[in-house]
Amino acid sequence: MRSVTPLSLETAPSLDEPAAHRRLRALLERGLPLTSRPWQTLAEQAGLAEEEAMACAHRWQAEGLIKRLGLVVRHRRLGLEANAMVVWDVPDERVALVGRRLARETAVTLCYRRPRRLPDWPYNLFCMIHGARRERVLEELAAIVARLGLDDIAHRALFSTHAYRQCGARYAREEDA
Amino acid sequence: MHCRPQPCHVQNLDALDRRLIDSYQRGLPVCPRPFARIAERLGAAEDEVIARLERLQARGVLSRVGPVFDHARAGASLLAAVAVPEAERDAFAELINAAPGVNHNYAREHDYNLWFVMTAPDASALDARLDTLEARLGVPILRLPMLESFHIDLAFPIPWAELERT
Repeated sequence: MRSVTPLSLETAPSLDEPAAHRRLRALLERGLPLTSRPWQTLAEQAGLAEEEAMACAHRWQAEGLIKRLGLVVRHRRLGLEANAMVVWDVPDERVALVGRRLARETAVTLCYRRPRRLPDWPYNLFCMIHGARRERVLEELAAIVARLGLDDIAHRALFSTHAYRQCGARYAREEDA
Repeated sequence: MHCRPQPCHVQNLDALDRRLIDSYQRGLPVCPRPFARIAERLGAAEDEVIARLERLQARGVLSRVGPVFDHARAGASLLAAVAVPEAERDAFAELINAAPGVNHNYAREHDYNLWFVMTAPDASALDARLDTLEARLGVPILRLPMLESFHIDLAFPIPWAELERT
């Protein structure tokens, strides 16, 4: 079973992006230095002026390359131990509507459509629900099912039992890092 | 990098720590002195804000202060899963963690009991990384690329009161 190319790759960053901007992005993936002038520090490392580095950040935010900028919290460390990946087998004609509704629920932190891989994997919609305890997550899920009328849609909650790695994504090529 | 499971008790986070987390999971100002601006809004000193962020990071409450890039645009990635014997799960997880490009590797309650995200600079590198890992593991990798995102990245509100009770 081979992977299909994600549709989203069509919007991959262009190759003619200046090297200094790519270096800045690679540096940013590790986070801002906690200094008084973080953009100045990053700009120096990337070979840019401070204003230019900030302009890149503004542009990447406007373009949606940066989804959010701020404190990236490790929920487990705060005791938010329960995290369920809830997977749904939604008829194709309903998946977009159900996906949009799930995404608006405050308890839902991610909501993606992915391919089925039959016969092994029949689920085509994925969302994450976090909570302090398993029972709270299940209560939340039951409330969502009732509120959105999803009783007829097969779904399963895959709770995580151990985190072997929980880190932010790093995409930069090694040579840019 | 292995993740340590023991939680940081929320009782050890005071009002300023919590306000930082509640107010700045998104919207960190992009300006020459962002921490000074945050400090001004929260009625604290810049040094204090920087010290708090350093401490939260050192305790592992924050993985970083910075951007969350759009997976789809920042490179190639996909969600992957393997079904391995439960008794050998740790060993398989170690092999997965050793592979380049892996982040988020979780055990989950399902026949597919290890779930991870594989990333790469582009689609062909991603396939190559998965093929290499699949050969090393000796079990087929379920490959689940994102086809559509419905997600609006609202930062998850921390239920402080509930966490204090647990």
